[in-house]
Amino acid sequence: MSELDLVDGWVEPELAEEFPQLSLVHARVEVHPGPSPREVKQRLRMLADRYTGGKVVHMRQDPVPWAYRVFSRQVGIDPDTDRTPVEGVALRRLKHGGLRSENVVDDALTIAIAETGVPLIALDAECVDGDLGLRLARSGETLGDARPLSARQLVIADGQRPVAVVLGEVGEDAGVTPTTERMILCALGVKGVPRISLEEALWCAAETLYT
Amino acid sequence: MPDVLDRTVGPFALAPTTVPDERAARRTLLDQVARLESELSQLFCSTWPRTHMPRPQVAGRGGGPRLLSLEELEELRDELAGRVADARRALSDRTWVEEQNRRLIEEMLLEPERHKWVRVSHEDIGEPGCKHWHVRPRWSFIGMLMGWWRVVISSGCPLAT
Repeated sequence: MSELDLVDGWVEPELAEEFPQLSLVHARVEVHPGPSPREVKQRLRMLADRYTGGKVVHMRQDPVPWAYRVFSRQVGIDPDTDRTPVEGVALRRLKHGGLRSENVVDDALTIAIAETGVPLIALDAECVDGDLGLRLARSGETLGDARPLSARQLVIADGQRPVAVVLGEVGEDAGVTPTTERMILCALGVKGVPRISLEEALWCAAETLYT
Repeated sequence: MPDVLDRTVGPFALAPTTVPDERAARRTLLDQVARLESELSQLFCSTWPRTHMPRPQVAGRGGGPRLLSLEELEELRDELAGRVADARRALSDRTWVEEQNRRLIEEMLLEPERHKWVRVSHEDIGEPGCKHWHVRPRWSFIGMLMGWWRVVISSGCPLAT
């Protein structure tokens, strides 16, 4: 696999002032969406075997998942209701008795999130216009065509519009589809999460995609 | 002097002309929220594997992830502090009962005849599993009549069907 070109996204000054260590690191990767190869499914199975009830309960005290729980709380989300991505993966594992394979992109994200605890999203590079960054939603803005955003909501945006909600869903007009050829992997950094964890998450996902 | 005291001023004459800087207050509140969330997580982990413990939940503020106002941050901080205190109290009460149950097990083992039919489970002492201590008569009715009591320790959870 060739080197990943990691790019730091911009952060709106008001947001950076409130959360000085908030960051968005992203990288462009080639992708061929489709079913996961056998190696990726095998890796998901091995990952699922590492989860136990006790581990999931105590996960919230591990430094990286804890940092995202705190950030969720600080932006008004209850992390026990709207789970952070890594806790979401763990809960899915407990509910279904395993981590089901969906497609290579989702599986790569699941593996990277579970391994590093860092939330990742994937965007279709062709649907992103300009540099990516973090900002507050403006009055009347929507995610995609239909999903209204509340004022001052934290979003990941390109030069034109919001493409995803922070720790939330991706806009339907910016997400990866079966026809996507190039995508952008984005990792969200918060206080208490070292940059190397973000890089590791992006590398982990990219590596899985190229398996 | 009375002139000064009695002097009437317009409603906005004493209002500050600058907006107070909220940054320091916000920073303090965010730090407090982080610390309380940490305490709440620790308490939650301490309750494991106990069941039937109240879950200290603090609802989200609504509207997705967003920059909260100073008032909302204060409300969140107060609510978290309340839940942490509630959870700590509930855990303290529970561990006190568990300590009493541990003492009861020791007394049962020392003097089973004084604790006829008493049963204490692992759950009662805050441990995982289905093991329990049960004071029962030796040889059924003969033991009851003769006062031969003993503590029977179960071998664990029944097999899943």
